[in-house]
Amino acid sequence: MGMTMVEKILAKATNQAAVKAGDVLEPWVDMAMSHENGALVINQFSEIYKDTGLDAKVWDPDKIAIIFDHRVPAESSKTAGNQKKIRDFVAKQGIAKFHDIRGDSGGICHQILPEFGYIRPGKVVVGTDSHTTSHGALGAFSFGIGATEMAAVWALGRVLNVEVPGTIKVVCQGKFKRHVAPKDLILHLIGKLTAEGANFKVIEFHGPVIEQMSTSGRLVICNMTVEAGATSGIVPPDQETLRYLQEEAGVKDQLDIIAPDPDAVYDQVITINVSKLEPQIACPHTVDNVKPIKEVVGIKINQIVIGSCTNGRLDDLAIAAKILKGKKVARQTRMLIFPASTRIYLQALKKGYVATFMEAGAVVMNSGCGPCLGIHQGALADGDVALATTNRNFKGRMGNPNAEVYLCSPAVAAASAITGVITDPRKGGK
Amino acid sequence: MAKVVFKVGDDVSTDIIYPGRFMATVLPTETPQFAFIDYPEFNAKVKNREFPPQSIIVGGKNFGCGSSREQAASCLKGPDFVVVARNFSRIFLQNAINLGLKMVICPTIEANEGDELEFSADQVINKNSGKSFAIEALPKARQVIIDAGGLIPFTRKLLLDTKSSREI
Repeated sequence: MGMTMVEKILAKATNQAAVKAGDVLEPWVDMAMSHENGALVINQFSEIYKDTGLDAKVWDPDKIAIIFDHRVPAESSKTAGNQKKIRDFVAKQGIAKFHDIRGDSGGICHQILPEFGYIRPGKVVVGTDSHTTSHGALGAFSFGIGATEMAAVWALGRVLNVEVPGTIKVVCQGKFKRHVAPKDLILHLIGKLTAEGANFKVIEFHGPVIEQMSTSGRLVICNMTVEAGATSGIVPPDQETLRYLQEEAGVKDQLDIIAPDPDAVYDQVITINVSKLEPQIACPHTVDNVKPIKEVVGIKINQIVIGSCTNGRLDDLAIAAKILKGKKVARQTRMLIFPASTRIYLQALKKGYVATFMEAGAVVMNSGCGPCLGIHQGALADGDVALATTNRNFKGRMGNPNAEVYLCSPAVAAASAITGVITDPRKGGK
Repeated sequence: MAKVVFKVGDDVSTDIIYPGRFMATVLPTETPQFAFIDYPEFNAKVKNREFPPQSIIVGGKNFGCGSSREQAASCLKGPDFVVVARNFSRIFLQNAINLGLKMVICPTIEANEGDELEFSADQVINKNSGKSFAIEALPKARQVIIDAGGLIPFTRKLLLDTKSSREI
């Protein structure tokens, strides 16, 4: 019986010839990522070792990465204290893959990990963040865990009692129309599956659309698989994966290209023809409340947000800059743009996108997660409506339970910034 | 037997249970003050410690969807709530097991605030409606962690066992 991508990865991570969905395993971890919630992981890690007489040393400091992104620079003394605690721990434990608040190597964890070559195809990645699903874009099995689970990983190097997830195969055919993007594809899929449709499962992406998609686009779709409840999203690695890792992430070592077996067993197979896809909008207050744009055009928007681990990469900013060039953000609308990493920020600066955004009236913020989850700048007022390229629109998400958040692609966000209302980029804008 | 003190609907996200704006607070002793804070009436009673241990929160499907923030589980563990839901989102379920928060998966549960519920090994009995509802087992793979009282004692024991087997 053939194996899916994840079954193959987990077989390797447990030194077995074959595993199947439902098996319970304890795979070795290749990369364990945390952000500011590392402070809680440190507490739990100390708690594990309390009164044991054992030396509280992490299992392998080279396999741990910590990236400050949620509240950078610190918005409060409490956060500053958490960050300091992590800084001290990292120094003591010899963790080198540490990204502090810096303009030359900072950014959102899910951008830093691929960008700095910390992800490899075929590896097991865990992160104390639900959007750790992102790294399946590079062919890794990558999933979110809680802080206590991470403390156990730091101690043991394994994730305990993992049930091998079943896999939903999604085959994407056709060709995107102009101004229709990977974001629209994943929103459409989430609407179809519902918020719990892939709970405890992995979504494996296939088809010509995926083969032709850049790593940036693959990061978008894998990032948001968690919004259908998925444990992870995954794209079988190919030439594009190698290109990204070697050319953009500077990876020099030999890379493993694994593919699922042709006779792998899937829980479900879904085929999507993207040729028919329109721009999609996730409406308040759940990500699976997805509508084609024509049903929501004209809704007045107080705040437009472009950024996050979902859609804050250079290609996203390029799309927005092209639409906004020489235009103005509507008078009654605020526009915030936060690149996914400082490297991207610098590239956007060199390409002139930052100037375009500022001349249009947008505010370009430093890289981080802040506005996406309402924890650091960009909070909404009662009754405010936001349109964002981020990943969640839950009640209270942008810092106010009495506000509304719509989710969309960068093209829709940019076109809507000019008009101040939800606008189809194929008609409004440019 | 215990009372349902709070009832919520489907797809209750971690942003509802424990909003992101309080994520800088991490200590389990401090997180309960922000539990369901956008529901001020319920939150005030949590803060004033008005609920006896094992009071019940009833949720719909996909309880705890969204973020991996463990505060969403620790803020309910502190006041010793029991969460009965139609099903739970993966990361929340694992966090709750790891912290020893009691959860009951009950796919057909019907209960209102004020109802008294009784739990048997495989059923929830609603004393007010007289109806009973089947319980679905928690993931078997995690039973050893549940039995150990959470992931911290479980991992600690694993490390100590490894140490003593090395010493032998």
